[in-house]
Amino acid sequence: MSGAGEKQVVRLTVNGEDHELLVRPHATVLELLREDLRLTGTKHGCELGECGACTVLVDGQAQLSCLLLPGQVDGACLTTIEGLADGPVLHPLQRAFAALGGLQCGYCTPGMLLAAKALLDTNPTPSRQQIKEALAGNLCRCTGYAAIVDAVEAAALGAVEAAAQDAVEAAALGAVEAAARTPR
Amino acid sequence: MLRLPPFSFLRARDVAEAAGLLAEHGDQAMLVAGGTDLVPKMKRGQLTPTLLVGVGHLAELGHVSASDRGVEIGAGVTLARVAADARLGAAYPGYVQAAASVSSPALRNAGTIGGNLCVDTRCNYYDMSFEWRQALGFCMKKDGDVCRVAPASTYCRAIASSDTAPVAIALGATVVLVGPGGQRRELAAADLYQDDGRCYLTKQPGEVVESLRLPPPGGWRSAYVKVRRRHAIDFPLGGAAVALATTGPIIEACRIVLTAVGPRPLDVSAAAEPLVGRPLAEVLGGDVGLLAEVAAAAVKPAKPLDNADLHYVWRKQMTRRAVEQAIRQAARQPAPHGAPAATFGADAAGGAKRG
Amino acid sequence: MTAVDTPVVPWTGVVGRPLPRVEAAAKVTGAIAYADDLQLPGMLFCKLLRSPHPHARVVSVDTTAARAMRGVVAVLTGHDLPTKYGIMPTCEDEQALEHEKVRFVGDPVAAVAAVDEETALAACRAIQVEYQPLAAVESIEDALAPPDGEPLHDYAGPGNVHRLAALEFGDVEAGFARADHVREDVFFFEGNTHLPMEQHSATAQASDGQVTLWSSTQNPHYVHRALAKVLGLPMGSVRVVAAPLGGGFGGKCDPFSHEIAVCKLALVTGRPVKCTLTREEVFYTHRGRHPTLMWVRTGVDREGHILAMHFRSVLDGGAYGSYGPASMLYTGALQPTTYRIPAYRFEGARVFTSKAPCGPKRGHGTPQPRFALEVHLDKIAEELGIDPVTLRRRNYVEPFTRTVNWLRVTSCGLQQITDRVLDASGYARRRRRLGHGMGFAVSSYMCGAGLSIYWNTLPHSQCVVTAGRGGVTVFCGATDIGQGSDSMLATVAAEELGLQPGAIRLVTGDTGLTPVDLGSYSSRVTFMAGNAAREAAAKLRQLLVEAVAEAEGRSPEQVQVRDARIGSLGFEEAVALAEERFGTLATHGSYTPPAGIGGRYKGAGVGPSPAYSYSAAVVELDADPVTGEIDVHKVWLAHDIGRAINELAVRGQVEGGVCMGLGEALMEAQAYRHGLVKQPSMLDYKSLTFLEMPDVETILVETVDPEGPYGAKEVGQGPLLPVIPAVVSAVHDALGVWVDEVPVTPDKVLRALEARARGRDARYGPKSFPVVPYPPLVKVAPPDAAAPTL
Repeated sequence: MSGAGEKQVVRLTVNGEDHELLVRPHATVLELLREDLRLTGTKHGCELGECGACTVLVDGQAQLSCLLLPGQVDGACLTTIEGLADGPVLHPLQRAFAALGGLQCGYCTPGMLLAAKALLDTNPTPSRQQIKEALAGNLCRCTGYAAIVDAVEAAALGAVEAAAQDAVEAAALGAVEAAARTPR
Repeated sequence: MLRLPPFSFLRARDVAEAAGLLAEHGDQAMLVAGGTDLVPKMKRGQLTPTLLVGVGHLAELGHVSASDRGVEIGAGVTLARVAADARLGAAYPGYVQAAASVSSPALRNAGTIGGNLCVDTRCNYYDMSFEWRQALGFCMKKDGDVCRVAPASTYCRAIASSDTAPVAIALGATVVLVGPGGQRRELAAADLYQDDGRCYLTKQPGEVVESLRLPPPGGWRSAYVKVRRRHAIDFPLGGAAVALATTGPIIEACRIVLTAVGPRPLDVSAAAEPLVGRPLAEVLGGDVGLLAEVAAAAVKPAKPLDNADLHYVWRKQMTRRAVEQAIRQAARQPAPHGAPAATFGADAAGGAKRG
Repeated sequence: MTAVDTPVVPWTGVVGRPLPRVEAAAKVTGAIAYADDLQLPGMLFCKLLRSPHPHARVVSVDTTAARAMRGVVAVLTGHDLPTKYGIMPTCEDEQALEHEKVRFVGDPVAAVAAVDEETALAACRAIQVEYQPLAAVESIEDALAPPDGEPLHDYAGPGNVHRLAALEFGDVEAGFARADHVREDVFFFEGNTHLPMEQHSATAQASDGQVTLWSSTQNPHYVHRALAKVLGLPMGSVRVVAAPLGGGFGGKCDPFSHEIAVCKLALVTGRPVKCTLTREEVFYTHRGRHPTLMWVRTGVDREGHILAMHFRSVLDGGAYGSYGPASMLYTGALQPTTYRIPAYRFEGARVFTSKAPCGPKRGHGTPQPRFALEVHLDKIAEELGIDPVTLRRRNYVEPFTRTVNWLRVTSCGLQQITDRVLDASGYARRRRRLGHGMGFAVSSYMCGAGLSIYWNTLPHSQCVVTAGRGGVTVFCGATDIGQGSDSMLATVAAEELGLQPGAIRLVTGDTGLTPVDLGSYSSRVTFMAGNAAREAAAKLRQLLVEAVAEAEGRSPEQVQVRDARIGSLGFEEAVALAEERFGTLATHGSYTPPAGIGGRYKGAGVGPSPAYSYSAAVVELDADPVTGEIDVHKVWLAHDIGRAINELAVRGQVEGGVCMGLGEALMEAQAYRHGLVKQPSMLDYKSLTFLEMPDVETILVETVDPEGPYGAKEVGQGPLLPVIPAVVSAVHDALGVWVDEVPVTPDKVLRALEARARGRDARYGPKSFPVVPYPPLVKVAPPDAAAPTL
């Protein structure tokens, strides 16, 4: 057996890219993503599995990266917030959160979006109660949650664009998409 | 960011190897399947193994299989999988309710039924960071020698906090343990626990929980009512598991097990004695006094202390209410019938769960 | 669901529309970089060593072993940063690292910079500190008693009393003498904390004696001042950049130890240094809601008209001053902005205790008295047999009046929000049954404080707008803490210039690049920065219009500005033309609250605001008579927003405020045991999840304030306020018992029910109010009711 803390090799696919990493066994997947891979879109809120901010998808399932050890994800496929959009095209959930006020400070948003994606991948037409239950482990201090439920519901129904009442609002929604392509 | 201290991680090839590593390294080694209990406690220096043995990936821990003797659930099966299993839900509704009530969806995706059976006892003098505990003075559960909530106590009063254990006990489940040499033993779920928050499990250091065996549901209704502040994330502040057997409309047996009222799940089935031989209808509507009497007797031995959220007197009152609700819920269920093998087809043998 | 009153003025531009936030794309893709996402080459990591004692002398700090550790680059103690600071000039009682004494568990005593966080933490643990423990001060009662040994601070006093105030407006005793009915009540509001999702983080970089700090701060200007002072540098050598904030709610308003430590460490080591707090450390950093004990006595006539009120408060301030003197005065300031109180006496006190320092949290100092006042009025109404809404309506302040404590009230939609929230909720038609209840309450809040935290002659907000080949850029010190201030600035500039908000580039919250805005606190940004931005953008618009008018041979009035066109020219062409005509296009605007909006007595600095928002809430809930559990079904919240610049953002602030208000009403508490924070984690500190959050019906009432930008008023803080008393009122409606202590946890409800069952007072709450050494009353003549107010 190797000594405590000695590094180990872990193979991972993150957002479709393969990585072979030499990692400390005690660095959580959260640290690995943020610090080794510099994918800082995944957030930390509590460090103890209590807030959901660090939610990522592991083989399609919502998992808390602050509790995951590298040795547990060897060979797995991870999706982080950086991998949610399809290239320059935002995921319907991303558009819905932007259009319907599903975010304010935005810090819980990456985890919230991934938990919502895990839900829609298994249940494409959830009820509002099912949305709340699926996201219940993700805390938000800004929104009061209602707009997040609205956003997930709209994304599921494919009704995001319908939220725009006129040309000005449609233009603003288009600006979100454009900004996603060319961050300032 | 709060980080983990250094340790080594080994992915066990099989359960026997995991048991062997535990035996070899003694208290320096611990198993990790989901890690949802272990990792936070290691970050706070409450658990300090230098070797983690990964078992979450083992196929032999990932099965759900049925036979005439009941249903066997591998210890590595996730709580989410149990919660979503309609067949388990029909046969053992209380057990599935309990699994579905644990923490949050993401934690249930990681957390396993074996992990929940073995979940560390909790105490709000103990579930704190190293610095916090050092500032107060350590307690007997870790690094110290007194009990902070009950300084006169000779044993640790940390609280049994498993949601699924009380239901497993109420259902008369057994737990299969594998020792370092690969030898198996089966013991009643009730006998997995003892009344000391520090050494709350009776299993030997080198033993691995391999599976939970639920006896055939035939005739046993079950329910679990959890006391907590929020509908997600929170551990139980109290709770009651009830299993109820009937012949026709008559209650034949009733078991009641409490959680989160002391260092071990508390079997208070004796309190259910007045129900035996009574018609279900009395429980469901007729005799309110009877149910209240049973619930009051059930929580009498419970001695919650001021080491969890909210007032301990309220926690006890709420646990009494949980007993009543659980009995009512169980009584309302249709009686499970048929052999489990018929309910669970051969396809029930599940695949491995990724860790 | 949201309803909006028909606007008085028709707008065709972008103001008033429910547009997405300008930074939404960066937030939904994870591209936005919060403070802890910043990574600089060669960066070191800092950890703070914190006190394990609630109160102790620091005898010695030995850092030898820590310095000797491999990977440790620098270690600081209080001797390296001896200058005291504090957000308020009257109580600069903090040191970044304490070297003489520590005053709460978590008080920082040393800072380490090392190659990684693990090494820094190990080095902190290797520092040997010798403490001489002193008596802890655990409660308001402790703090009011003669000190057991030395008090926490050697200034202020007597003993552990920090600050006292006693003010009387009008003849209170005469009012009570005339009253048909006088009632007294005692209330307690437990402390709670902001719990932003993002832990505080700060990174500093230094070169050539200049230091730049990127920090999760709401107030870069105040941090800038504190850094210059403590580091002994000219303000021009210090630059503070507010990183995008993962939530603030008042918790990131003070200059903090970790911000100062990383700057000093960067100067000492020549390398960038980052410090990110753990969640537990955020609970020590705190500055949250003050635990507050209150006593109120009101005299009314038979119809319930208020004739006199006497309000006393004592606030548990924790270990340091912070915003405390203001927090204390706020517990007495805004009662008269909702109700006409002809004679009013306020006595307030703040005490020091050996706990994490309290400070400003959403509603700063006003949720506690609002809870007490509204519940107290309910009790008076019940005794008089008057409907509680009717009683309030009889006392509502009128628009464009002045309160007894000299606060100028302008637009005031109290009657309208009351009508609307009652209509929507069906409150008046509710059916009474055991276990089900509805409660009603109103409140008001400021649109920015009339005075700065420190005395100065700066405008409160300043803004520069430039236009050129690179587009339009707004420079403003305002800081987006998640409330949407960037979107507000972009919307205001876009409205003036006929553009879409997405076309506006923003440089905000950077003391090196932007003119001063005082910060994102006291709900001041829309009103103050909005007015500054509007002025600056309107000036730019004027230049563009003039240039185009001149070129086209038309009068400026004939040139329309809309849809990215200035007259017949495209916006970019117009900019090119104006640049040719006027040179560099850079305009500025600023905002200073008007003089005379408050009084002239000592303590008059707290309360005045250029405008007040008003909120009314109805809460419907089930309260279980057996378990005491409360299940809130729905909240109706009508808010006098003045004018909604962005309806989506406003609705979000209302829903968020309701959510936090429910959290405070039902579960949130920063409590202590044996001198330690009892719940320093997101599991143990209870905040609402999706599953506890009820439906919210938001009703926006637009009163169009004469001085707000486009008539706008605040929404960030006000909607939280009425929720808390409305919950208490609804519990009483459901069960017939009063819970006079927040949070209303189920065990307290049961204890109130038990008290009633035993024939005692059907309530749970504090029994008495302590003897507080209030000073002699300062008597202030109330404004002449006949005098004009504007």
